Amino acid sequence: MADALKAFWWIAAMWIRSAFAYRTSFLMLAVGQFVVTSLDFVVIFIMFSHVKSLGGFVLPEVAFLYSTSGVAIGLADLVLGNAERVGQRIRSGEFDVILIRPVPAFVQTAADNFGIHRLGRITQATAVFVWSLVALDIDWTWDRILLVPLMLICGAVIFGAIFVLGGAFQFAAGDAAEVMNAFTYGGNVLTQYPPTIYARKLVLAATFAIPLGFVNWLPAMHVLGRPDALGLPEAFQFASPVAAVVISSLAALAWRAGVRSYRSTGS
Amino acid sequence: MRVYAAIALRTFRRYTTYRAATAAGVFTNTIFGVILAYTYIALWEAKPGLGGYDVPQALTYVWLGQSLLAPMAFFGGGFEQEFGERIRKGDIAIDFYRPVDMQIWWLAVDAGRAAFQLLGRGIIPTLVGALIFPLALPRSPLTWLAFFTTVALGLVVSYAIRYIVALLGFWLLDLRGVQTAAGIIGSFMSGMLLPLTVFPGGMADFMQAMPWSCGLQIPADVLMGKHQGVELFQVFAFQAMWAVVLLLAGRALTAVATSKVVVQGG
Repeated sequence: MADALKAFWWIAAMWIRSAFAYRTSFLMLAVGQFVVTSLDFVVIFIMFSHVKSLGGFVLPEVAFLYSTSGVAIGLADLVLGNAERVGQRIRSGEFDVILIRPVPAFVQTAADNFGIHRLGRITQATAVFVWSLVALDIDWTWDRILLVPLMLICGAVIFGAIFVLGGAFQFAAGDAAEVMNAFTYGGNVLTQYPPTIYARKLVLAATFAIPLGFVNWLPAMHVLGRPDALGLPEAFQFASPVAAVVISSLAALAWRAGVRSYRSTGS
Repeated sequence: MRVYAAIALRTFRRYTTYRAATAAGVFTNTIFGVILAYTYIALWEAKPGLGGYDVPQALTYVWLGQSLLAPMAFFGGGFEQEFGERIRKGDIAIDFYRPVDMQIWWLAVDAGRAAFQLLGRGIIPTLVGALIFPLALPRSPLTWLAFFTTVALGLVVSYAIRYIVALLGFWLLDLRGVQTAAGIIGSFMSGMLLPLTVFPGGMADFMQAMPWSCGLQIPADVLMGKHQGVELFQVFAFQAMWAVVLLLAGRALTAVATSKVVVQGG
C-alpha cells in the first residue's frame, strides 16, 4: 500500500513537472476549470435572481449542496479521474505497457496524465462552500460539525468509485465511454440541486441504484436541519461511509474483472 | 465543389461506424436532459413566464439544447481536434500543398460530422423528452423548415469560430487551454446553460447580439415560433452575416499563419 502511494506520487509529480513546462497552457486549463464550474454557479445565481427558493431551498442552501458535490467530485477527479480515461490505452493496446511495469496497473492508470490544473475546480467549489457556511445559519452541534468533513470525504470516495467503475466498464465497452459522463458529471449536476425538485423515482434511483444521494443529499439534510425528501430513517443521513465502502468494493471487483478480461489488440 | 461534397459524405459515413459512441452520447444527453428539465420545471413553476417562456417552452429549450449539443460542438468534439493535431504535429504542411481550399475542406469535414450527429444524436433525446415531459413542438412543416435553416446557419457560424480557435495552434504549442476557454465561452454564450432571455437585461441583449446565439438560442426561438414573417428573414440574415464575417476572419488569419508557418518536427 505504501509502495503504491509512493508510486502514485512519483508519477503524479512527473506530470506536474510536465504541466509547468507549458505554463501558459497550464494556467489557462486551471483558470478554465475554475471558470467552467463558476458558470454552473452563475446559472444558479441567475435562477435565484428571479426566485427566492427552488424546491423550497434558498440560495445558501443550494450553494451548500452545489459546493459539497463540487468538492467531492473535484477531489475524486484529481486523484482517480484518469481511471476513466483508460479507454484510449485499451483500444490502442498500450495497456500492455502498463501491465509489464513493476507498479500496480491501477496506480499507473489513476496517476497517468495527472492533471494538477483540476485544483481549479476544487478551489472554486471550496470558495462557494466557505461562502455557504458563512451565509447559512446552522445550529452547529457536534454531530453536524463531524458530518460535514465526513460527507466531503465519503462523497469524494463515491465519485472516485464511479470513475473507477467507468474505467472498468471500458474494458468491455470500447467506444461507449461517454456513458460514464451521465453518472459522473451528470451525478454532479444532479446533486447540485435539492432532491425536492426531482421526481421521487429519480431520487430513489439516485440513492439506491447509484449512491449519489449519499454524496450530499442525505447528510446535508441533517446539517441543514431539514426532513429528507424520501422520508428514510434518520440513520441514512449518517450512512454515507457505508455507501462509500459498498460502491468502492464493487468498483475494485469490477476493475479486477476488467483487467483480467483485457486481451490486448493483437498487433 | 464535388470534392467537398465527397469529403462531407465520407465523413458522414466515417461517423456512422462509431455506433457504440453514438449510443453512449444519446444516453448521456438524455440523462442530462432529464436532470436539467427538473431544474427548469422548478424554476419556471416558481416564476411563470420567465424569459418569455412557459413551462413546455422552457422544457423544449432544454431538450433542443441536448439535441444540438453534439452537432454544434461548442464543447469540442468536432473537426478541430484532428485539425489542431495536424497543426501541432506539422502535418498541416502537407495540407497546404493540396489543391483544395483548406477552410472549405474542413468545413466539409465538419458538415459531414454535424449532419450525422444531428440525425444520430439529435433525434432520440428530444423524442424521449417529448415522451416524458410536455414539450411545445410545432406542427407546421414550415416552422420545422425554418428551424433546420437556422440550425444549418448556426453550424457554419460554430465551425467558423472553432476554425479560428484551432488556427491559434500556429502560435501556441498546446491548444488545450485555449480550446477549454473557447468551449466555456461557447457553451455559456450560446445559451446551453440557461436561455439567454433569462439573463439580466443588458447582458441578455449583448449575448443575443454575439455569434454564439446562432447555435441554440436562435434555433430554439425559431422552432417555438418566436420569430415570424419578415422577422424570420432578419434572423437568417443575422446568422448569415456572422457566418460571413467569421469565415473571412478565419481566411485572413490563415493567410497570416501561412506566411509565418514554421513546421515542427523532422
